[in-house]
Amino acid sequence: MIGTALPAWSLPLTPTLIVSTAIATRDFQDVHHDRDLAQGHGSKDIFMNILTTTGYVQKYVGDWARGAVGPDFRITSCGLRLGAPAYPYDTLTFSGTVVENSDDAAGRQPGTITIDVLGLVSLGNHVNAKVTLVGGSA
Amino acid sequence: MSGGLDALDLSGDWDHDRIMAEVEKMFAMGETSPRAARDPINQPMINNWTEAIGETDPRYASSADGGAGIAPPAMAQVWTMYGLDPTRPADDPLHGTMQIFDAAGFSSVLGTNCDQTYLRDVRVGEHVSITTKLESVVGPKVTGVGEGYFVSTLNTWWVGDGADREAVATMLFRVLKFKPAARKPAEAKIDRTKLVRPQMNRDTQYFWDGTAVGELRIQKCNACGELRHPPGPMCPSCHAHDRGYVVATGKGTVFSFLVHHAPYLPGKELPATLALIELEEGLRMIGEVQGGRETITVGSPVQVVFEKIDDSLTLAQWEVIA
Repeated sequence: MIGTALPAWSLPLTPTLIVSTAIATRDFQDVHHDRDLAQGHGSKDIFMNILTTTGYVQKYVGDWARGAVGPDFRITSCGLRLGAPAYPYDTLTFSGTVVENSDDAAGRQPGTITIDVLGLVSLGNHVNAKVTLVGGSA
Repeated sequence: MSGGLDALDLSGDWDHDRIMAEVEKMFAMGETSPRAARDPINQPMINNWTEAIGETDPRYASSADGGAGIAPPAMAQVWTMYGLDPTRPADDPLHGTMQIFDAAGFSSVLGTNCDQTYLRDVRVGEHVSITTKLESVVGPKVTGVGEGYFVSTLNTWWVGDGADREAVATMLFRVLKFKPAARKPAEAKIDRTKLVRPQMNRDTQYFWDGTAVGELRIQKCNACGELRHPPGPMCPSCHAHDRGYVVATGKGTVFSFLVHHAPYLPGKELPATLALIELEEGLRMIGEVQGGRETITVGSPVQVVFEKIDDSLTLAQWEVIA
């Protein structure tokens, strides 16, 4: 399984997406919903909040894991290194690779699976993420 | 509470030692008392979240729709977000540390890392609370956006109270508090003489002698007549060493190009447009496009222009022609 590439996923970004996800994550910072204020702070536009990036990284990994690991997988950690902002009218494209696959405590597979995820926007890396998950038995 | 925000005196001048002395008070505060989420974990907020994100994992659906009654792990932080209320608890060390850096002139903030662990699923009906402590303050560091300090807090989410409380998730959250680097004024002059110098030797001297007099020269095999670029000592066709040159028309088209934003290059104004030019003579040559680069596309017709850098170097550059 190590080296397995997750299917790439491209997410077109709209103002509606940026705003609805910010509000759904209870993040009311103006830079995530008010373009005038965001530009007043020196930003090009409103941009995606971190809680939403977390959500998309885990949706991306989860959509793969449901089939590849089984529907009872459980995400145990998610580390994000944040980079370029994700603005409306850009596209956020995720790719991912399985980098570790250790046996569980009883020596069975699947144990802990580690996936490196890259979320790319036109400005460069929006996020580099490392996600670990375990199969249903754990 | 001694050592809390009330103890902060943020007026006056700041240096690194004073910053770290004030930050030490934030460390001394230790972990905050638990702050309860506004709401218990509940299906309507999960539904709002899955709808906005487009998450389709059936476990997060309402139990009437066959869901498992658990919340998405990625929602860990959502439950304890402050919402629209701008007030912060007096013992919040992240808020206090931000105030110190604001006062010291490090007014901008950028999230750099967010590392979460999920110790167990949390279920609809459970009520989480959060504690926070200052984990580390590292700086000053010179970064791409300006000089600043990396401030990390460790957050823990709990279910239950007192000795019975159980940690369900953690988050190490790191921000950069920084002074935005002063932007170079647009008219700031780039010192072109600081350019990285091209290699000049017996194989290439004819080319640079040409640019100095306004000629774009292409190497030619005197034996078989074939043109070649980049220059070399031997004809790749007939292997003869006898070489000369012809003067090109200086016209061509853009075969491919890229726009270089970073890293900084001495003597070059960024962004710089670098193109592979297909010459009328049929060869390709790399060069920088200056004039008309806003409209450049593959296939754009271009013409050579010469820029004298100093007495020892004149560059062949390109401009897009209508």
